Amino acid sequence: MNILVCISKTPDTTAKVAFKDKNTKFASEGVQWIINPYDEWYGLVRAIELKEKDPSIIIHLITVAGADADPIIRKALALGGDEAFRINVDSQDSYYVAAQVAAFAGQGRYDLLFTGRETIDYNGSSIGGMLAELLQLPYISLATQFELSGTIATVKREIEGGEETDQVSLPCVVSCQKGVAEQRIPNMKGIMGARTKPLKVLEAVAAESMTSIVSFELPPAKAGVKLVPADQPEELVRLLHEEAKLI
Amino acid sequence: MPVLIYIDHADGHIKKSSYELLSYGAGLAELLGTSAEGIILGTFPEDLSALGKYGVRKIHQVSQGHLNESDSQVLTQVLSEAVKQTGAQVMLFTNNITGKAIAPRLSARLKAGLVSGAVALPDISDGFVVRKNVFSGKAFANVKVQTEIKIISLNPNSFQPKEVGGTAEMVELFLSPVSSNLKIVSTEKASGEIPLSEAEIVVSGGRGLKGPENWGILLDLAKELGAATACSRPVADAHWRPHHEHVGQTGLAIAPNLYIAIGISGAIQHLAGVNRSKTIVVINKDPEAPFFKAADYGIVGDAFEVVPKITEAVKKLKSAH
Repeated sequence: MNILVCISKTPDTTAKVAFKDKNTKFASEGVQWIINPYDEWYGLVRAIELKEKDPSIIIHLITVAGADADPIIRKALALGGDEAFRINVDSQDSYYVAAQVAAFAGQGRYDLLFTGRETIDYNGSSIGGMLAELLQLPYISLATQFELSGTIATVKREIEGGEETDQVSLPCVVSCQKGVAEQRIPNMKGIMGARTKPLKVLEAVAAESMTSIVSFELPPAKAGVKLVPADQPEELVRLLHEEAKLI
Repeated sequence: MPVLIYIDHADGHIKKSSYELLSYGAGLAELLGTSAEGIILGTFPEDLSALGKYGVRKIHQVSQGHLNESDSQVLTQVLSEAVKQTGAQVMLFTNNITGKAIAPRLSARLKAGLVSGAVALPDISDGFVVRKNVFSGKAFANVKVQTEIKIISLNPNSFQPKEVGGTAEMVELFLSPVSSNLKIVSTEKASGEIPLSEAEIVVSGGRGLKGPENWGILLDLAKELGAATACSRPVADAHWRPHHEHVGQTGLAIAPNLYIAIGISGAIQHLAGVNRSKTIVVINKDPEAPFFKAADYGIVGDAFEVVPKITEAVKKLKSAH
C-alpha cells in the first residue's frame, strides 16, 4: 500500500501578517515557517499510525515549493514517512498546485492521498477536491476519523450539525481535520533519521493557473473595546440592543 | 449566460446561507447584465418558486432522489452537465461543508477558476476580481479569475439577503443518472440545535467556566438570545462539550453577527476561528485577557455573577418589546 501525504509550508500561526510591494506580496521577512497544521497533525500523523500497524505501507510526502520549503520537509520526515518529493516551483494558485501533484501521483500510483482541510494562509480548502477530480477518484472532505480494513476505508466526516460515515474502496483522496489523529512531536531518532531519508527535487510540469492575487488588504483596525462595569450587565444588553442593534 | 446559484438543502430545509447566496447571485447577475438562476439537486418537499423573491427568475431542479444524499464525485458530474446545459458563466456556492466538497472538483472539471471564501461581490472594472478572506481572517486578498467560466464560494454570513419580490419558474433539468463509488453508511445529527455555521448569535464558553456542570448559565443565555453554543479547544479536548462545538483554528471558523465569549482568554488560535464575527463581546475576569483587544464590548468580571444578570436583562428587554 502506498500513501501520498500532501504538505504545504505556511507561516506560523502567530506570525505577523503584513504585505509589501504595494500590498501585492506577503511580507515573509522574519516569518517562521511551519508545516501547515492540518497537513501535519492530521494527514501525516494518520499515515504514520497506519504504517505503525502495517509496516509494509510506504509513505511519500509531496510539496510544491522552492528550496526554502526543505526545512519543513525535513521536519515532516522526522515525524515519519519514507521519502519526500518537492516539485521545484513556486505555487501559483490551487489549481496549479493540484495539477502538479496529480501529474506526480499519476493514475494508480497511490492507494490513498491525504491533504489537510485547508492551509492556514490562503484558506482555499481546494487541493483535495481538485486532485480527486484530476485523478477521477472519490473524495471525502473534512474527515474526522479514518479507518482502514484491507482496501476499504471507513471515514467519518463532518456534515452540517453532525457527522456522516462513508465507506469507499481505495484509491481515494481524503482531506483531514481534527479527530483524524493527534499532534506529535518528532523524537531524536526521527530527527537523526530524517537527515538521510531521500528528498527528491523534481521539475514542474506545464500547467495553467486560473486565478491570481491582485492585492492584499488588512481589515480596518477595531475601534477598541468598550468596557461595561461588571455590576451593570444590563448596560451591555442596552448597548447591544440600541447601539449595535443585534438583539 | 446566467449566473447559476447552488441551493443547498438538507432534511427538507433550505440552508439559510443559500438565501444569502441567492441575493448575492442576483446582485452579481445585475452587475454582469445577465439573469440569476438557481439550481437544486434532489427532491424537495415544497414548491420553491417563492425563492424568486431573492431576485432569481428561474430555478432548475434535477429531481433524482439519490442526489439528496450523494458524494462530491456524483454531484460534480451532475453540476458540470448543468453548467453546460444552462450555459452559465458563473457558478456560485456557499463556502460551507457542501461547497468545500464540490466547488474545487467542479473547478478542476470545468477548468473554471475558483475563489473560495469570497466576502463581497466581484469588482468587474478591470477583469473579474473577488475579495476573499485569507490568513484565517487576518487579511483579505483580491483574486482575479482568468477563466471564461468562474466559480465563487461565498462565506456564510457575509452578504445580507435582500427580498426584492417576484417568483421563480421551476424547470426540471433532465440529466443522466451517475453512480457513486462511495457508500454513505450512516449520518448522525444533533437535533433541535441551531447549526453553528448558520447562527447569527453564538454564545461560547472556555476554561473559565471551570467544568461542564457550570454550562447552565451559558445555555440559559443562548436560549434567551436564540443563539447557538460553541466552545474553545481546551473545553472540547476535555470533553466538557461535544467536538462539533469547537470553534478556532483547528475547529470551525464562524462569522456570526454577534459572538459572546465567556471565560475564553482569546489565544490567537481561537481568534482565527472567530475574528470574522461582526461584533465580539468578551466576558472575562482577567483584564489582561488578550481577547479584550479583539472585542467590541467587554465586561471584566466573574462570569458566574455577570452572565445570569445578562440573561435576566435580555429577558426583560424581550418582554418589553
